[in-house]
Amino acid sequence: MVLLLQYTLLFASVLILVALGGCFSEHSGVINLGLEGTMVMGALGGALTLKYIAPGTPRIFIVLAVILTSILCGVLYSMLLAVACINLKADQTLVGTALNMLAAAAATVIVKSINMHENPDNVSSTVQYVQTKRALVFNIGSFQFNWFILVALIALIASYIILYKTRFGLRLMACGEHPQAADSVGINVYKMRWAGVLISGALAGVGGIVYITAGVSEWKFEVGVAGFGFLALAVMIFGQWKPFNIGLAALLFGFFRALSNVYSGFGFLANLNIPGTVYNMMPYIISLIVLAFTSSSSRAPKAEGIPYDKGSR
Amino acid sequence: MTNSKKTSGILSNPTVQSILAALLCIVIGLFVGYIALLIINPKGANTAIITILKNYFTYPSKAAALKYLGNTLVKAAPLLMCALSIQFCYQAGLFNIGAAGQYVAGAGACLYCALALHMPWIICILAAILAGGIFGLIVGLLKSYLNVNEVISGIMLNWIGLYCVNMLLNGVKEVASPYTLHLSAENPSAILPSMGLEKFFSNNKYVTIAVPLAIIIAIIIKIVLSMTVFGYEIRATGIAKDAARYSGMKEKRNLVITLFIGGALAGIGAAFLYLTGYEEWSVTQSSVPSMGFNGIAATFLGGLDPIGTIFASYFIQHITSGGSYLDKNVYPSQISDFISAIIIYLCGFVLIFKLYLNGMLRKREEKKSNDGMAHNGKKQEGGIS
Repeated sequence: MVLLLQYTLLFASVLILVALGGCFSEHSGVINLGLEGTMVMGALGGALTLKYIAPGTPRIFIVLAVILTSILCGVLYSMLLAVACINLKADQTLVGTALNMLAAAAATVIVKSINMHENPDNVSSTVQYVQTKRALVFNIGSFQFNWFILVALIALIASYIILYKTRFGLRLMACGEHPQAADSVGINVYKMRWAGVLISGALAGVGGIVYITAGVSEWKFEVGVAGFGFLALAVMIFGQWKPFNIGLAALLFGFFRALSNVYSGFGFLANLNIPGTVYNMMPYIISLIVLAFTSSSSRAPKAEGIPYDKGSR
Repeated sequence: MTNSKKTSGILSNPTVQSILAALLCIVIGLFVGYIALLIINPKGANTAIITILKNYFTYPSKAAALKYLGNTLVKAAPLLMCALSIQFCYQAGLFNIGAAGQYVAGAGACLYCALALHMPWIICILAAILAGGIFGLIVGLLKSYLNVNEVISGIMLNWIGLYCVNMLLNGVKEVASPYTLHLSAENPSAILPSMGLEKFFSNNKYVTIAVPLAIIIAIIIKIVLSMTVFGYEIRATGIAKDAARYSGMKEKRNLVITLFIGGALAGIGAAFLYLTGYEEWSVTQSSVPSMGFNGIAATFLGGLDPIGTIFASYFIQHITSGGSYLDKNVYPSQISDFISAIIIYLCGFVLIFKLYLNGMLRKREEKKSNDGMAHNGKKQEGGIS
């Protein structure tokens, strides 16, 4: 039971972080379908930090270093989306998809090259971080508390305050609802959209490292992050683009994802004799059903997905 | 002056512009890939990029080269079908990223019919069409009637499809390995007929009617889109949904049909690969096959035109196959995926490239006519040219 709670909170943290990222980007008016790829890049940065940092480093520094590199990688990578979609007005769906494929391919190439450099016979795409990963968790009784859960909680509260209580947040949302109106009162729409995309990159980057350190001590980069970026988008839609609703939605999805990790530990679930694959499918099926019920009364930002052109009315 | 007018005339032709843009994407994509190779290991980078580009030409004998050309074609046919699936839906304004899942569904259906039910190939293909079509249909219904974003529902169905097919085919796999049974041993009647095509490719038995059929389907799609009422309605829906509805087209029904056809195309693609016996399905695979995603690269590189996509699919498959000839202890073969991904990213800029090109041509034209006026002082002639 403790294990189920632990995994639910961990996967919910991933979804909260990434969905909040999507939330910032969409409120500014850009659909960020590249979240999945940004997660991979953030995960890559974090994993390599974990690999190379000395295990004797004080724990707090390890945690901070991992978070900072993940943020940096996520931000840098999402700049590719920002340039293409905001300044060059490219198709946001196409660019997002390209970034997902690019991240998976690039991460595999990078990790394989590093592995081959160390040992020519090692052609795997796996990064190991058994030792240093311990710095990320500490035990409260039998519950293994992960620092990232706290990070997700802080991000959730901070996002609410930033979006609804600060001038910056309200301006950001104006750019997603009616960019022409925002421009007419002197808000720089391009700058605001850049801010939205970069914040989403930072959050998705952290989400990536949380995902690949949840429960495992090595990651094979060939598999990417298994559609979690898109699950996060489903969470965001289910949460109607509002931070606290996103938090609740993430808990629900996190629960189903966690179930696939720990179902065998529950007597009555194991007795049902349902193949493990069904549990693996659960989050995706649930999200399809949830989307079917919530999408028709969608509260999406009005101008999302439409490139802003100063000259058009 | 007449000469320069001619070149600007050619440049303003949309087909030429598309080809130019595609070539530019390829060149930049290869260049970035080359830089990546240089960073990994500067010594062999030159040979490596040439290996990728040469693909089967690395074999010295003509017979071997032809045989491996056959292999590249065998894999290019399903890629073309996936690309057409994405393209057909894109014409209606839908981004069918679910093609990957529809491909998976098609693979599951045709292999199940072939290996478990021992059906002949034609039934297997029909099963693949139906399975892919149903996966597309779900996305279409969700999109039309419940306003679900087709990209997100498509991705969800990709994973659902993968897990379902793994479960389904678990019953027809080999005992010792995670791969499904060999088609040639279990049910030869399910293998696509080759009609003597293998003779052109040094008796490469995997070359079947799938290759010409894929090209024929591409041409049919071209005709449907450009010459029929249905094709016109689809394109009209893609350009302006509300206007299409206003002028009496049933845009919701059209979207559903479009996605069904798109799904069916991806499903046939899977049948074109798995019914040749070239590959077996691994029931333990944990990621969606990249065929559907590479289709996105092929379709945009092909300038969203079925005929262009034939060449683009071949090219993408060519460099993907070429990547497998790299020295595996120095360079990862995924460098080809990396290059394709860069190419797709660059395809996002094609529209702005065309706008820029047209703008430049117009400026030059204006300047020329102004010059003409200044020199000759005859306003009319300048205005006409």
